[in-house]
Formats: sequence, structure tokens, C-alpha cells
Amino acid sequence: MYPENFRYTKEHEWVHVENGVGTIGITDHAQHELGDIVYVEVPKIGTHVEQGKSFAVVESVKAASEIYAPVSGEVVEANDALTATPELLNSDPHVAGWIAKIKLSVPEEIDRLLSPTDYQAYLGEG
Amino acid sequence: MGAKMVDFGGWDMPVEYSGVIDEHRAVRERVGLFDVSHMGEIEVHGPQALDLVQHVTVNDASKLKLGQAQYSALLYETGGFVDDILVHKVADDHYFLCVNASNQDKDYEHIAANNHFDATVENAGPKFAQLAVQGPLATGVVKKLTDADLAAVKRYHFIDGVVSGATARIARTGYTGEDGWEIYVAPEHAERLWNEILAAGADSGILACGLGARNTLRMESAMPLYGHEIDATITPWEAVLDWIVKLEKGNFLGREALVKQKQQGITRKLIGFEVKGRGIARDGYEILTGGSEKGWVTSGGPAPALNKNLGMCYLPLQLAEPGTAIEISVRGRPVEAVTIPMPFYKRAR
Repeated sequence: MYPENFRYTKEHEWVHVENGVGTIGITDHAQHELGDIVYVEVPKIGTHVEQGKSFAVVESVKAASEIYAPVSGEVVEANDALTATPELLNSDPHVAGWIAKIKLSVPEEIDRLLSPTDYQAYLGEG
Repeated sequence: MGAKMVDFGGWDMPVEYSGVIDEHRAVRERVGLFDVSHMGEIEVHGPQALDLVQHVTVNDASKLKLGQAQYSALLYETGGFVDDILVHKVADDHYFLCVNASNQDKDYEHIAANNHFDATVENAGPKFAQLAVQGPLATGVVKKLTDADLAAVKRYHFIDGVVSGATARIARTGYTGEDGWEIYVAPEHAERLWNEILAAGADSGILACGLGARNTLRMESAMPLYGHEIDATITPWEAVLDWIVKLEKGNFLGREALVKQKQQGITRKLIGFEVKGRGIARDGYEILTGGSEKGWVTSGGPAPALNKNLGMCYLPLQLAEPGTAIEISVRGRPVEAVTIPMPFYKRAR
């Protein structure tokens, strides 16, 4: 369910770092909690984002939710497919439903994130 | 059931079961079941029960026949809303009021404080659970569980009978814009009745529905929700609820203020809108058009049966006509919208 090579936040984002670039999305748990996702606002390319700060917005039928960046850096790519098909966040949150790619400015931030085991333990407590 | 729960005015309430969009469409196309036991009930008994109801509500309860229900409202002297309510005439000396969950105690105290009549007011919320069966196939589902002659009950009427062994008030009312029933039973029967309705509706494709779909359905039908379209600062003229106000019935609480405001004219009014740009306008978002006297969104979001982003808002009177281009602030970004008539969805009859 929760890929081994991803890292997670307590706010239910994931990041997958490859060659200094982190692909970011929301977890399966998050999409389930949000329900039917109908709108995604992805960040603009070139935007500088900071760990823990809002960088995207996901809206379900019920409400708008801010998505917090799990790592700091510059947005180098955004998933434009989400504009037309926001439901990808429900159907495939860990792969096709990625939100943005960020070139990490502080790579060691990744050490502060949760492993899949710790994230699932955290969900279990919740 | 796998429901997602939320605290709603002290009640642990399901927001959704299988998903808001699925549940919404089930009610529009087939049938859905809602547990709305959080709704409040107030009973008015006594020789002057009608006089008290007439004094505290805006609609003309003297026009009600036995077994008839009426949409109405409680107002303050200022003309602002205490709540919107349903008045049921059970007997000449007995009226049954259904009120909003979060307003139950406030409504009861308001009515009791204005009871200068030979009548008793009972805060009867704990005596009733309420299940709503809504949608074009609702009557067929309820019919399987009762001998009551449902076909003889018209919209906004009710019948007292027995539903799967439980004494029930079976009202042809609802908050979805569809045909359907609101069934009041003693709380100890609610869980069994819930399961029996789901079983009886299985071959009709019934879905258990939560508060999420209840909100999108009522929004699509442009039905007001207390705390959104109406509250203590809003009058029925502003909320476009003129049709429930019967000034000619005689004096009632708030009448003087309403007469005065009618003479002076209102300065703001509720109107629908459709978002044309990219974005969803949510409750409380500011409307940027209109200069200093800014408007605000009262309810907004996706309308699942219409595939549009819609909502309701208060606007200065001169802008509150259908076809006006407006801009709504969505997280600080202006998004284009246009005002449209309400309701947005109307069932085929």
C-alpha cells in the first residue's frame, strides 16, 4: 500500500526523491479521508516552496484542503493532468496522481520525514 | 457501514458512506437513506396551541389542515431569523415542529419565552429519531414496511402509522429537492428501522447517505441552511423567502420590522451563481464586485447532478439579478462567476 522508497508526513503527503528531485503527492489515506476530489490547484513551475508550507490545494466535494510541501525547493514540474482529471488523486494517489516535482534545496530535510512503517504506525494510532 | 464520522453540534454524524457524488446521484435517480436524528422536535399542546404557533411563526398555520405540514420560520423582533422550521398540524390543540439540530434549545427557549397563551411547549428532541428516505423510488421502499396509505399523502402532508412495527409519523417532506419521506420514530427503533429500510430498498439501488450529500442536494435545490443563507442578521425579504411570510394573518414576532423593511426596501438579496472561471467558491468567500458593500458566498461547491460549480450569495440589490458578471475571491485570486436564478435543480413532476 505505502511504497517502501517514499517518505511521508503527518499531514499525509508523500515524497519520492530521485537524483535530487522529489515527486510529491497525497497518501491513499488522505484521498480516502477527503472523498471525491473535484479540483486540484497545482503550483506554478519556478515557485519556491518551503517544507511544511502550503504549496497546492486539493478540493473534494465537501471542502478545500491545503497541501503542505514535505520538502523545500523549486517546483520543476507540475502534474497538469490533474486539471482535467482531478479524480486521479482518488484512483491512483501514489503514481498517476502525483502533484508536483521539486528540486530539493535542503536534501537533509528528508531525514525528518516518516518511513512507511512509521507512517502506517502513525495511522494506526490515529 | 464504513462511514466517515464528524462531530455536528454534539452529534456524531456520518459525512459520507460510499462517497458524496454517488450518494447524491442515488437520491436524484433512485433513492437514498439519511439518518437525520439530530434534527430537533418541539411539541406545542393546548387550547391555544394555534395562537402560540401563529405568534412565533411567519407563515399562516391557521390554514393547515389535520395532517398537513408547512415550511415556516421563527423570527426575532428585529425580523432576523431564529430558525427555519416545519410546522405539522397533528390536532387542533397539537402542533409538532421540526427544527434545526443546533438550534433546538434556542428555539425552545424562544418559543417558551413568548408563550403568553394557554399552551404548553415541550423540548421533545430526545423522544424522536428521524430517518429520511428520499428520491423518486422512495415511496415504493417505504410502502414495503407500512400499511399506511402513502398514496393518499400529498407533498407536505403526513400520516401517523406503523413502520415495520414501530409507531411512526410519516411525513412526505424532505431537504433534497426530491419526492420522499421523513419518518419520525422513538430512538430505540431507529437502528432496526435503518437496517430494514436499507434491506427493503436493496432492489431499488438504495444508498446510505451522509451529511455531505444532504448538503449538496439541498444546495442544488437552493434550500436555505441556517447559519449560511439565514441567521439572526438576515430577514426573509433578503433571503427571498417572501412566500412563507403572511403579513395579512395578523400580528406575529418580527412582523413590525418586516413591514418597516418592506416600506424602506432591502439593500441586499440572496441570488444564485455559477462559477465560470477555474475554481470552487466556498461558504464565506468574499465577492469582489460591488464596491464597498461587498457580498459573500453563503453556500457553494460542486453540484453533482448538474456538473457545475454553483452556489448562493448575498449581493447588493442592484447586482442581485440573474446574468450579472461577478468576481469571487478564491484564496485571494479573483474568479469569474455569473449570477443565475434559483433553484438550480428542479425535479420533473
